[in-house]
Amino acid sequence: MINPSTLEEYTQLRPTSLEAFEMLRRDNASILLREKEKGKRIIGAYCTYFPRELAQAMGAIYVGLCGTIDAPIAAAEKDLPRNLCPLIKSSYGLAITDRCPYFVMADMIIGETTCDGKKKMFELLSEKGLKNIYVMHLPQVPDEPSSLALWISELRRLRTYLESTFGVTITDESLREAIHLTNEEARARQAMFDLNKRKPAVLSGMDMVNITFLTGFQADRQESIRMVDAVTAELTEKANNGYAVGTLLTKRILLTGTPVGIGNEKVVKLVEEAGALIVAKETCGGYKTVGLRIDENDPRDPIVLLAEKYLKIPCSVMSPNGDRLGLLERMVKDFQVDGVIDLTWQACHTYNVESYAVAKLVEEKLRLPFLHLETDYSQSDTETLRVRIEAFLETINN
Amino acid sequence: MLVSGLDVGSRTIALVEWDGVQVVREEVVFTGTSPLENSQKLTRGRHYDRMIATGYGRHFITEHSLADGVITEIKAYALGAKQLFPDAHTVLDIGGQDSKVILMSGNGNVIKFEMNDRCAAGTGRFLENMASALGLSVAELGVHALRAEKSIPLSSMCTVFAESEVVSLIGQGADSHCVALGIHEAIVNRINAVVQRVGINPSFVFAGGVAYNPCMRKLLAEKLCPEINVPSDPQTVGALGAAIQAQNDLQKGQAS
Ligand code: SF4
Ligand code: SF4
Repeated sequence: MINPSTLEEYTQLRPTSLEAFEMLRRDNASILLREKEKGKRIIGAYCTYFPRELAQAMGAIYVGLCGTIDAPIAAAEKDLPRNLCPLIKSSYGLAITDRCPYFVMADMIIGETTCDGKKKMFELLSEKGLKNIYVMHLPQVPDEPSSLALWISELRRLRTYLESTFGVTITDESLREAIHLTNEEARARQAMFDLNKRKPAVLSGMDMVNITFLTGFQADRQESIRMVDAVTAELTEKANNGYAVGTLLTKRILLTGTPVGIGNEKVVKLVEEAGALIVAKETCGGYKTVGLRIDENDPRDPIVLLAEKYLKIPCSVMSPNGDRLGLLERMVKDFQVDGVIDLTWQACHTYNVESYAVAKLVEEKLRLPFLHLETDYSQSDTETLRVRIEAFLETINN
Repeated sequence: MLVSGLDVGSRTIALVEWDGVQVVREEVVFTGTSPLENSQKLTRGRHYDRMIATGYGRHFITEHSLADGVITEIKAYALGAKQLFPDAHTVLDIGGQDSKVILMSGNGNVIKFEMNDRCAAGTGRFLENMASALGLSVAELGVHALRAEKSIPLSSMCTVFAESEVVSLIGQGADSHCVALGIHEAIVNRINAVVQRVGINPSFVFAGGVAYNPCMRKLLAEKLCPEINVPSDPQTVGALGAAIQAQNDLQKGQAS
């Protein structure tokens, strides 16, 4: 940790490019509203599998939707079973209580048949009639040619649907522009994440979560890229002058598992309160997708290029999901990781089951300490999580 | 040298004073509603070269400058068990609120651990509830079960369901010794599953309040490992481990 002794010292030390994100917390929704008033279409989505380029190519704004806070879960449990993943309950609760401004503003919501809980939740949500909810059929055996064929046809179906619903044409040309934009975003994010290949690291896990979460709701993607690039530039310069978060002895943890944002960041917080650092996140919004970029010189149909890219996302809903293990192995080496924490939400069967394979990889092949934490969004288990996390950290380099 | 370890649990506070060779004082009191005051009472007038806190209240106590540092109860139990039984590699601790299984390396470092703290099944709480359903005290339950000729297995591990199951078995005229044995078997099976995950080693330490129960000791020996080491005071293993950590810190010159 930087361990500043006074608030003043802390403010001095804190890179200004990181401060800039605080403004997004306040402004994201109002900026989006202004765009909407100007006539911009807004497409909301819950999951990384949505090929956002389709929305961007029709000139719409793509926003990620909320599902990381505990408060609306009680409302969701009126309709949904209690033993369902908190992410699904939170998303649903926010939607039906009108508390997610992005959901309220969206002209259309796109879901995918990822996990069972989510696809059935979309049915309920759609029945409420609050929004036009469109569900894409995501195939789940990624290496089968028939899966790619299905996914390509699903992208085409969505393209046609968007064109007829909004009276627009999505040209190949505009798709290629959108591909470029998303590539740029991935490039910028990866460069920022890669800062932490340095030892000592320069970006805390909490900052990483904050940045990836807040940029997810940003209307202006170019601005988002600029802000992320600014962090990379400033921190690179500072790091070259000796700035770091933590020391050479700080324990470096890789976080994998279910998505984490603001509201459900308790594990990230506990790890860093205990003096260790999350140096990398393999999760959605983290490193999971930044390496998946489309070759902009590939002359093939952009829909095919997109379908190929999205089917490669190493999420546990895929079977088999060997790419996740490969990615983890590379990250453990690249980020000089001392231990791996697999955080999975309660009742998320796919990530919970897959934890077995992750444990095997980390403990047996990579010979590193491994901790699987299964929890929900409530604060009721904070102290027991703290014991587990601290005990796990005690096992590193002892 | 005089160091100490303080294990501030949700029910009891244990203090162990260690002079580098042996335990010179140990005490266990109830945590009550003011863990800080009760800890202060235990240590009043004593001067330690270093004191380490562990247990649920470890941070709280240290923030109030009573202890010089903290370790988790996982590490504390490992260090304590290793001190008492140098050949030990696995520690099973069943307390009132939680249970844990710890696998250690040759020098007492924790390699792996599992904790159960979400659910009363697999903790002393389960035995307490079942004892009261049988109209016995916890202390009586184990001895009572040892007199059974055969066991009547419980079908439920959830404390609430198991309790009504016990009541209805007795209502149907089942022998209470046999029911008591079934209760113990249920908890041992539950714990066995956790132990298997961590891995078991022939030298096994059984600590925590539930280690006083003779039926638990017998069943664990049968099911898990023939050679079970039970500390003479199973409730102070964590505090002893914390004291050992204090000593190790001094030796490494890491005391701050
Ligand atoms: S973890 Fe899987 S299902 Fe969840 S948002 Fe990411 S890609 Fe979608
Ligand atoms: S965390 Fe798991 S259960 Fe929850 S939405 Fe994602 S894939 Fe589905």
